[in-house]
Amino acid sequence: MELQIFMQNLLNALQWGSFYALIALGYSLVYGVLLLINFAHGDIFMVGAYLGFFIATFLLGQYAFGLPFALDPTIIFIITLLFTMILTAGLGVTIERVAYRPLRRKGASRLYVVITALMCGLILENGNLALLGASRRSFPELLPKTVYDVGGLALSNTKLLVIVATLVVFVLLETIVRKTKLGMAMRAISYDRMAVPLMGIPIDTVIVFTFVLGSSMAALAGVLFATTYPVLEPYMGALVGWKAFIAAVLGGIGEIRGAFVGGFLLGFVEIFVAAFFPSTLRDLIAFSILLVFLSIKPTGIFGIARATKI
Amino acid sequence: MRRTTVILGLVLTVSFCASTLCWSADTIKIGFNIPLTGDIPKVGESSKFAAEIFKDEVNGAGGLKVGDKTYKLEFLYEDNESKAESATSGALKLITQNQVLALIGPQSSKQAIPAGEVCNDNRTPMISPWSTNPKTTENRPCVFRACFLDPFQGPVAARFVTEEFGAKKAAVLYDIASDYPKGLAEYFKSSFESIHGAGSVVAFETFTTKDKDFSAQLTKIVNSGADVLFTPQYYDEVPLIVKQAQELGWKKPIMGSDSWGSAELMKLCGDSCKGYFFSTHYAAAGAKGATKEFIDKYNARYGYVPDDVAALTWDAISLLIKAIENTGGLTGNLATDRNAVKDRLTEIKDFEGITGRMTFTASGDPIKCAVVVKINDKGEFEFYKSACP
Repeated sequence: MELQIFMQNLLNALQWGSFYALIALGYSLVYGVLLLINFAHGDIFMVGAYLGFFIATFLLGQYAFGLPFALDPTIIFIITLLFTMILTAGLGVTIERVAYRPLRRKGASRLYVVITALMCGLILENGNLALLGASRRSFPELLPKTVYDVGGLALSNTKLLVIVATLVVFVLLETIVRKTKLGMAMRAISYDRMAVPLMGIPIDTVIVFTFVLGSSMAALAGVLFATTYPVLEPYMGALVGWKAFIAAVLGGIGEIRGAFVGGFLLGFVEIFVAAFFPSTLRDLIAFSILLVFLSIKPTGIFGIARATKI
Repeated sequence: MRRTTVILGLVLTVSFCASTLCWSADTIKIGFNIPLTGDIPKVGESSKFAAEIFKDEVNGAGGLKVGDKTYKLEFLYEDNESKAESATSGALKLITQNQVLALIGPQSSKQAIPAGEVCNDNRTPMISPWSTNPKTTENRPCVFRACFLDPFQGPVAARFVTEEFGAKKAAVLYDIASDYPKGLAEYFKSSFESIHGAGSVVAFETFTTKDKDFSAQLTKIVNSGADVLFTPQYYDEVPLIVKQAQELGWKKPIMGSDSWGSAELMKLCGDSCKGYFFSTHYAAAGAKGATKEFIDKYNARYGYVPDDVAALTWDAISLLIKAIENTGGLTGNLATDRNAVKDRLTEIKDFEGITGRMTFTASGDPIKCAVVVKINDKGEFEFYKSACP
C-alpha cells in the first residue's frame, strides 16, 4: 500500500515536473545565449495555452465561420499543437525584435533588458485581460480520457503523453544543440560573445533561433498544461513561470540538462512534500530544501562557476 | 431691489440644496461592491445583471414610493477586483464620495469581512448577498446578509452524506488561504466527527490559492478509504479537482458547497461534474412562483439561467428596498436615513424572497433553509432535497 502511494506520487511528480522542465528550458536557452533572464517567458506560456484554445475551438467548429468538414479530435490535437508552436514562436521572435533587440543595439545594460522583459510579461497578461476579459475558459477535451490501471496505479493517457513528450523534447534539443551547426553557434555565443561575430557567425539569426526554440517549447507546455488542467485564466503563467525560473536556476541556468533536471527536481520536491507532510507546509519545506541546496552549490546542478571578464 | 432679493433667495436655496443636507432630491443611491474582474468575475456579472433588472423594473414603473414621495433608484457599481484591499477602498469610496444610502456586497467572505468593518464604522447599512462566513456580521449592527452561514452549511453537508451515501469516513480538500473554504471545511469536519466519532475524517488535505495540481493530496485521499470527498471550493477550482480525482481513480461521490453554484461551472467542467451534489441557496431547475418569474426575466434578457449569486443579490436588494419603504419617508439627512434603514432591516419578519422565507435575527443573519442540488445528466442544477435548521 505504501509502495503503491509512493509510485503513484512518482508519476504525479513526473507529470508536474514535466511542465516546469519545458518552461525552464525557455529561460535556460535565452540565458545561455543572451545572458538575459526573459521574465516574459511565463506569459508566453500563457499565450501559448490561449492560442491553443482558440485554434482548437476553431477546428472544432465552435465559431460562426468554421471548416467545411469535421476532423477527428486526435488530428485536431496534433494540428493545434503544431500551429500553436508556430504562432507562439512568432510571438517570441516579435518580442525579441520589438523589445530586446533595440536595447541590445544601443548597448543598454542587462538590467534594463530584464526590466523590459518583466514589462513585456505584464503587457501580455493585462493585454489578455483587456482583450478577452477575466472569464475563465475551458480547454476542450480533445483526447478522450482513458485511465489505465497498471498494478493498482492510475495512469491516464494525458499523464503519459506529457511525460513522453517532455522526454522526446529533451532528446531532440540535446541533439540540436550538440549535433547541428546552429546548436554549435549557440554554444559558441554562450562561451564567448565577443569573438563569435568576428568569426562571421550571424549572431542575430542565432538569437532568433533561440527564441523560436524557447517559445515553441513554452507553447508545447501551454497546450499540454491546458489539456491536463483545462481552466485557462490570464494570470496562469505568472506563478508557474516564476517557479520554472527557479527550476532553471536550480539546474544551472544556461544548460539544457539543467533545465530538465531542475524542473523534475522541483516537481518531485513539491509533490512529495505535499504527499508526506501536511500540504499546508508544502511551499515552506520545498523552498527551504532548495535554499539549502543552492547555498551548497550556488551555480546549480550543472552550472559551472565562471569568472566574469571585464 | 425686490428682484435682487428674489434672485439672492433662489441662489441660496439652490446652494443649500446642493449641499449634503439635500442629498437626494428624487433619487436613492445604492452602492454595489462586487468583483467585476479578478478571480471570480462571473459572480460580479451575475450580481450586476440581477441589479439592472431590478432597477429597470422599479424605475420603469415610475420609481419607488417611500412615504409620500417617489424616488428613482440609482445603482453605483464599484469593482473590488475580488481583492480584500479593493473591497475596503471601494466601500469607503461609495460611502463618503458617492454618498450612497446603503451597500450591497461584497459577495465572497474574503472581501465581505474587511468591507463589513468599513461599513459598520461609517454607520452605513450593508447587505452581503453571498458571504456565508460568520465573521462578516459578527458584532456589526450595520452589516446584514441574505444567505445562511457556514456553521449551518457544514452540518447540512455532513448529515446529507451520512444519510444519502451511508458515508462513515470522509475526506476533505480545501484552500487554506481563503476564508470561505477554510471555515466551511472546519465546520464540516467537526460535525461529521460528532456523528461518526473522532478520526472519521480520514483525510483533511489543503492547498493554496492558484494551485493547479492537486495530485499529491488526491492520491492520499484516494488511498485513505474515504466514502465521500467534500470540497467547498470555487467554480474555477472544482473542475480541476474533480477531473484530477477521476484521473487518479476516484469513483465515489463528491459533495460541494454553494460556491459550486455558478452558471460557469458546467461550462468549465463539462461531463466530469455530472452526478455530484452540493448544498446551496436555490435551485433553478424545478423552481416555482416568484423564483420562476425571476429566472425567466433573467434568461430572456441575458440568455442564461441565473445562478444563486444573482438570486441572492435580487433578494438582498428586495430586503433593502423593503426596509427603505418601511421607514415611512426619508428625511434627506444621510446619517439619520442610514440609521433608519438599518433599524427597519432588523425588524424584517417572514420576508418571502426568491431564495426562501427569511427572518432576521438580532445578529443580522437570516433564518432560512438550504437546498441540496444534484447536477443531473443534462448538466442542470436540479433540486434534490431541502434541509432546514
